[in-house]
Amino acid sequence: MNLYLAYQGLIAFVGINALLALSVYATLSCGQLSLANAGFMAIGAYTGALLTLHAPGIPFAAVLLASALLPALIALPLGLPVLRLRGVFLAIATIGFGEVVRLGFVNWDYTNGALGLVAIPQRTKPWILWLTVLAVLFVLGRLRGSRTGYALEAIREDEMAARTMGIETTAYKLAMFSFGAAIAGIAGALEAHFTFIVSPSGYSFGRVVDMLVQAIVGGTAYFVGPVIGAAFLTLLPEALREAGSRVGLSPGPFRLFLNGVILLAVILYLPDGIASLPRRLRRRVRG
Amino acid sequence: MGQQVLNGIFVGSIYALFAVGYTLVFGVLDILNLAHQAVFMLSAFFALVLVEHGLSIWLALPLGIVFGGLLGIGLERIAFRPLRGRAGSNLSGLISSIAMATVFEAIAAQIFGPDISRFPQGTFPDRMISLGSASASLLQVCIVGLSVLLMAVLTFLLAKTRLGRSIRAVAENPRAARVLGIDVDKVIALSFFLSSALAGAAGVLFGLAFNSISPDVGRSVELKGLAVIILGGMGSVPGAVLAGFAIGLVEVFTVAYAGSTYRDAVSFAVLFVVLVARPRGLFGQVAVREA
Repeated sequence: MNLYLAYQGLIAFVGINALLALSVYATLSCGQLSLANAGFMAIGAYTGALLTLHAPGIPFAAVLLASALLPALIALPLGLPVLRLRGVFLAIATIGFGEVVRLGFVNWDYTNGALGLVAIPQRTKPWILWLTVLAVLFVLGRLRGSRTGYALEAIREDEMAARTMGIETTAYKLAMFSFGAAIAGIAGALEAHFTFIVSPSGYSFGRVVDMLVQAIVGGTAYFVGPVIGAAFLTLLPEALREAGSRVGLSPGPFRLFLNGVILLAVILYLPDGIASLPRRLRRRVRG
Repeated sequence: MGQQVLNGIFVGSIYALFAVGYTLVFGVLDILNLAHQAVFMLSAFFALVLVEHGLSIWLALPLGIVFGGLLGIGLERIAFRPLRGRAGSNLSGLISSIAMATVFEAIAAQIFGPDISRFPQGTFPDRMISLGSASASLLQVCIVGLSVLLMAVLTFLLAKTRLGRSIRAVAENPRAARVLGIDVDKVIALSFFLSSALAGAAGVLFGLAFNSISPDVGRSVELKGLAVIILGGMGSVPGAVLAGFAIGLVEVFTVAYAGSTYRDAVSFAVLFVVLVARPRGLFGQVAVREA
C-alpha cells in the first residue's frame, strides 16, 4: 500500500497518457495522421476547469461529459474540410489548428492568458481515470471485427479502393476524428482536475508529439498498443532517472533523449510497436 | 511604412532561407523533415561555441553552414534511408524525423541547458544604416544580402548544374532516374546536405539577429516554415522564397496594425486557408498526389 501511495501520481499519469495515445490511435486506425489532439485536449481541459471553478455544483461526470462533447463537436466542422487532405498535408493542417487553439488561450484574458487557470479542485480519482480508460478500450475493442472495424481497416489500407467498394470513407474518418477529439478532451479535463492547473504551455506541439510517440512505440496495429506505449514511456524514464543522474544527465533532456531513441528504434526495427513483440518472438521460436 | 517593409523583408529573408531547404527535401523525397528545425538550432549553437572560443563570426558562419549540411547527411543515413521503399514510408519518415529532432533537442538541452544562450557582445559590428526615411542595422542588411545570395546560389545549382538536373530527375521519378544511371542514394544524400546547410545558415543568422538561442528555438520557426512552404506550394523553391517574404511582411504589418498578440496566429490562418482552399499553394504542381 505504501508503494502504491508513493507512485500514485505516476500511475495516474500512465492513465492520462494512455488516453491521449488512444486519441491519436483513433484517427491512425483509419490511416489518418492528425496532430490536432493537443488542441482538443486544451479545449477539454479549459471546459472542465471553467465548469468546476464557476459552477462547483455540477457533478464531475457531467463536467467530463461536457469536456468530451465540446471538442467532439468542434471536430465535426473542422474535420469536414481538413480530412479531405491526405498524408503529410493533413498532419500540417492539424498542427496549425493545435497552435491556433493554444495561441487563442494565450490571448484570452478570461482564462488569464499565458498563466492559465489555477487552484482547480482535485476531482480526478484513480478509479474514475481507469474506468475511462477501460471504457475507451471497450469501445475500440468492440470495433474490431465489426462492420465498422473492417471499414476502418479498409480505409487504412487503401482509401481509394475502400471508396470504390461503397464505404463512406468521409463519414468514417470524420467519426474517428471526432471520437479522438472526445478522448483527448476527457484526458485534458482529467489531467486538469489532477494537477490543479491548466495553462496554454501544456498543450504545445511537443505535447502532441509525446502522444504520437507513445502510440507508435506501443503499436498502432492493435488497440491496446497505445496503452502499452504510454505505460512504457511514462515509467521507463522514472525507472532510469537515478541511473541517468548518476552519470550526470539532467532528467528533462534524459527523458527527451530516451523518447527519441526508442521511437527511432521502433520505427526502424519494430514498425508494429511493442505490442507486436510477443507474436514476433513466437514466430521466431517456431522458426 | 517604409520601416515596416524593411523589417518584413528582414524577417522574411530568414523564413525563406529556412523554408527553401524544407521544401527542397519535400520536393525530392515527398517527406516532411521535421528535424529541419533541430538542424537549424544545433548549427546556431555550434557557431556560438566557435565564437565563444575566439573565432570570428565570418569563420563561424560558414563552418556552421557546413556543420548543418553534415548533420543533414547523418540524418538521412540514420532516419530516412532505412525506410526507403517501405509501404507508407512518407508518414514513417515524418515520424522518424520527429524522433531525430527529439534526440537533437535533448542533446542541446543537456549541453547548453534550457535557458537562452547569447552571442558575446561585439560578435558583429553594431552600426546603423539609413535608407531614406527608414533605417536598418548593418547586421540586418548583411542577413538579407546573405540569404538572397544563398537562395540565388541554390536556384542556379538546381537550374544549371549536373547535380541540379539529377536532383530534379529524382524528384520527378526516382525509378526512371535510376534507369538513366543516376546514383539516386547519392543525389538524395546531397539534397539533404544542401537543405540542411541552408537550415544551418538560417540558424546562425537567426541566432545573430535575435541574439537568443535555446534548445526549442527551432519550434516556432518550424511552424512558420510550414506556413511558408504550404503557401509557396510544397516542393517549389521559388514559391518558398516568395512565400517567405510574404509571410514576413504580413507578420510585421499585423504587429504594427493589429498588435503583437496576433502575430503568430496570422501565419497559421494563412496556412489553414491555403490548405483548405488551394492545397497546392501558389507555385505547386497541379497534380500533387497527396492533396
